[in-house]
Amino acid sequence: MQALDSKAIEVTDLTVAYQETPVLWDIDLDVPPGVLLAIVGPNGAGKTTLIKAILGLVRPAAGNVLIYNKPYATQRRIVGYVPQRGSVDWDFPTNVLDVVMMGRYGALGWIKRPGSRDRELAMHALEKVGMENYTTRQISQLSGGQQQRVFLARALVQDATIYLMDEPFQGVDATTERAIISLLQELRENGKTVVVVHHDLQTVTDYFDWVTLLNIRRIASGPVKDTFTSENLRETYGGRIAFMKNR
Amino acid sequence: MPIGNLDIILIAVTTASACALPGVFLVLRRMTLMSDAISHAILPGIVLAFFLTHSLSSPLLILAAGATGVLTVVFVELLQKTKLVKEDAAIGLTFPALFSIGVILISRYASNIHLDIDAVLLGELAYAPLNRLEVFIADLNPLLLYVILHIQVQLQGYFSFSFDLGPMSLYVMGVLLVLNLAFIMIFYKELKLATFDASLAATLGLSPVLIHYGLMTLVSMTTVGAFDAVGSILVVALIVGPPATAYLMTDNLTRMLILSVVIGCVNAVIGYWFAYISNVSIAGAIASMTFIVFVLVFLIVPNRGLIAITRRHIRQKWEFAQTMLVIHLFNHEGLPEAEAESEVAHLHEHLQWEPTFASRVVRYALNNRYVSQKAAQLILTDRGRTIAQQALVQ
Repeated sequence: MQALDSKAIEVTDLTVAYQETPVLWDIDLDVPPGVLLAIVGPNGAGKTTLIKAILGLVRPAAGNVLIYNKPYATQRRIVGYVPQRGSVDWDFPTNVLDVVMMGRYGALGWIKRPGSRDRELAMHALEKVGMENYTTRQISQLSGGQQQRVFLARALVQDATIYLMDEPFQGVDATTERAIISLLQELRENGKTVVVVHHDLQTVTDYFDWVTLLNIRRIASGPVKDTFTSENLRETYGGRIAFMKNR
Repeated sequence: MPIGNLDIILIAVTTASACALPGVFLVLRRMTLMSDAISHAILPGIVLAFFLTHSLSSPLLILAAGATGVLTVVFVELLQKTKLVKEDAAIGLTFPALFSIGVILISRYASNIHLDIDAVLLGELAYAPLNRLEVFIADLNPLLLYVILHIQVQLQGYFSFSFDLGPMSLYVMGVLLVLNLAFIMIFYKELKLATFDASLAATLGLSPVLIHYGLMTLVSMTTVGAFDAVGSILVVALIVGPPATAYLMTDNLTRMLILSVVIGCVNAVIGYWFAYISNVSIAGAIASMTFIVFVLVFLIVPNRGLIAITRRHIRQKWEFAQTMLVIHLFNHEGLPEAEAESEVAHLHEHLQWEPTFASRVVRYALNNRYVSQKAAQLILTDRGRTIAQQALVQ
């Protein structure tokens, strides 16, 4: 693990607004290296926007994001991104291996074509997610869980230090969910930092060691055992939360 | 066949290929409406460039049109970003505005010159070979030219020879074809990623915005180049038709690009041939052929064509009915009421089916050997029993 004072992701005073409607208000967030972090909050809390702001995909109205003390633009190579499965057109004419190879495009840079080494890395990543037998499968013929695994493999070939994932468990079956979480935990064991937008409050304590509670404001952020309290949850979800358990 | 015909075919084939290539990405990006908008909105650019150069064949026209096309895309996107107007409405507002500026400019300042609106809208391929690229002997080494291009030599007056290098449109479209091909080959990976997943492209530093505007510039320039030959309306058929047809036929982007070009060329040749024998507008014939070929492929392509889908649905309907029958027999097998329930003549009453439908299902199941008939009774075969068991387990 890296020195404790170095931060994998440091978000300071980040405000994002669409028109004049704020989606994120003055967010401060430090993510230490080597944690598996869940971002939770109700619908419209700005979870996806926070990830996109970290990746420079939306322009903040104020504030700053640093990845290991440097701006994102200089740190692209060490950040891997898994967008929401529904964000792409799965009828696009391509196959599984080709989609995974796209993860290598950043390392290749402009114009250069992927070669046999990139293919090997892609195959290796597909093995890791248990999809090695689907390399030539047209992507429209995959189930939701398989599509998610392909996206995960695509992030794995980036060989990043930090992974940002937008709802990787959305619409996947229980087996795939277990496979994905053990993969994420393995990444953390290898010193990677993994940030996951998560919906299911029941599994937060089992899956993650760090949690950020978000509802336009940052309500709380820290180790799950200190942060994932009923008090913080009530503040995040207001009166709407039915789930209450003390651990 | 006179040489003019060959020229027309060459122009048509080159234009079709040049249009089909960027068209593939427009179809995949669901931006085909944009090509329609661009093809109209570039008119003021052409008119202004024409006022500057007084020539319809100046390369400046293509550049000006390219710039106007990109401007169209920018306007549409600006309107859309306000979130007060949806994309289709933004397109519908932008291109008539720009097109009308062009129309007004022509009617006000250019009504007596050859830049009439009919030609702009419809084009006329038959005249395209008449506008020829000629080079004077002083400009180039004639022997070299002769060897490379082996074009007819024309004696023009005393000492000055001029070489007819073939129709102007062929050169314009040839250059555009090469440009499009080069762009797609060089930026293949970037185009693919920006089309499939623009956010990932952005996070990886492969700017989808640059790719987007690069593609739009090429679409604009190709559109104006094709203008001369097929006009602004039919160029849309060349850009959208072949890629939409190819999209039905393959799951592979490279193959889709190649197929689009091939289909575009086939449409052009058949269309020309049809126009030639029936003496109608060539551009009109090619555009009609584009649609006919699309419909044919739409109907007959294996697995996902309409005929294949319909046949699958019909088969599924009979198979499902057969499964219902088999399960019905299976459920009552060996029970006291079995005899009554399996009587062929009264099956339709038990299942509440039309008698004709019931007898067709029985025949279907008999053919498949899922049941056999013993006197008036239907009896499950081993095969039928297995099917029933499998269906019930699921």
